[in-house]
Amino acid sequence: MKKNIFLLLIVLLLVIVPFYIQENAEFAGADSQAEEAIIEMNPNYTPWFESIYEPASGEIETLLFSLQAALGAAFIGYYIGYKKGKSGNTR
Amino acid sequence: MKKNLSFYLLLSLFFLLALFTPERIYAMHIMEGYLPPGWCIFWSLVSLPFFILGILKIKQLIADHQENLMLIGVGGAFSFVLSALKLPSLTGSTSHATGIGLGAILFGPFVMTVVGSIVLLFQALLLAHGGITTLGANVFSMAVVGSLVAYGIYAGCKKLNISLKISVFLAASLGDLATYMVTSGQLALAFPDANSGFIGAFTKFMSIFAITQIPLAIAEGILTVLIIDILYKYNKENLHIFQKSNIRKGVN
Repeated sequence: MKKNIFLLLIVLLLVIVPFYIQENAEFAGADSQAEEAIIEMNPNYTPWFESIYEPASGEIETLLFSLQAALGAAFIGYYIGYKKGKSGNTR
Repeated sequence: MKKNLSFYLLLSLFFLLALFTPERIYAMHIMEGYLPPGWCIFWSLVSLPFFILGILKIKQLIADHQENLMLIGVGGAFSFVLSALKLPSLTGSTSHATGIGLGAILFGPFVMTVVGSIVLLFQALLLAHGGITTLGANVFSMAVVGSLVAYGIYAGCKKLNISLKISVFLAASLGDLATYMVTSGQLALAFPDANSGFIGAFTKFMSIFAITQIPLAIAEGILTVLIIDILYKYNKENLHIFQKSNIRKGVN
């Protein structure tokens, strides 16, 4: 248990430290940078297919994100609880 | 009744996720339309056999033991949670983990090819992320190579009697990194640099993806260790069902 808390702290550090190292960075997605790189190297390339659907706004996107994380976490939590109850192990 | 319950739960989870999967900043996703048609077909064909193997393996797992379906669901759910969390990286951009490693460790490499393909398809259809045309290429990098590398590293570590936690950590983090390296390679093959050719382009894409990904790969490794630790705590008694190997009891 102690070990796991220590491991979680490392994850937290990994996530927090970048903000101190890169104080003025935009923290944009890496894939949009790739798009720019492709266009830079191949100015004549035009994408030959468009996305069928796009979320209406950044807010809608955020809503869907939270929902997705919540659903995934809920399922994992349900499974662990189910196993815990079944094993009669209620530590 | 109980058997059906877990099946319906899994089904509804995937259905809900299909409805509500948000856009992700998945650096490993090649964007819709950003891969010439020939390459799109090529990568789809390369991925197909792995996908079929995965379907067969899932059928067999469920036939073996009903509860495996739920555990596969946990593998899928873990992948969804991790990909919902865009994490800042040392390079000042964001990316995120894949969550493929967990399922690869539990079920072998091919099950996650199928689960990962489902994830990628949702994204392509509903999030404007990745793409239908680039699906084959994205499946290959994340759900074929990422999954194979994670499983391979895990199996290798086990042969060497390396402790379970360290094996899992290495498997999940290196599988994550491998995904990004493959994506860089795929883009470089399709878009070689005019002056420096494939190598130049590969270096460029790697510098965008891989360096950003290193701290996140470490985070993915640690999170996978934590979830495996929890799963094993309550699955000790029927562990042999999930893995035909003899993992030492206890995770330390």
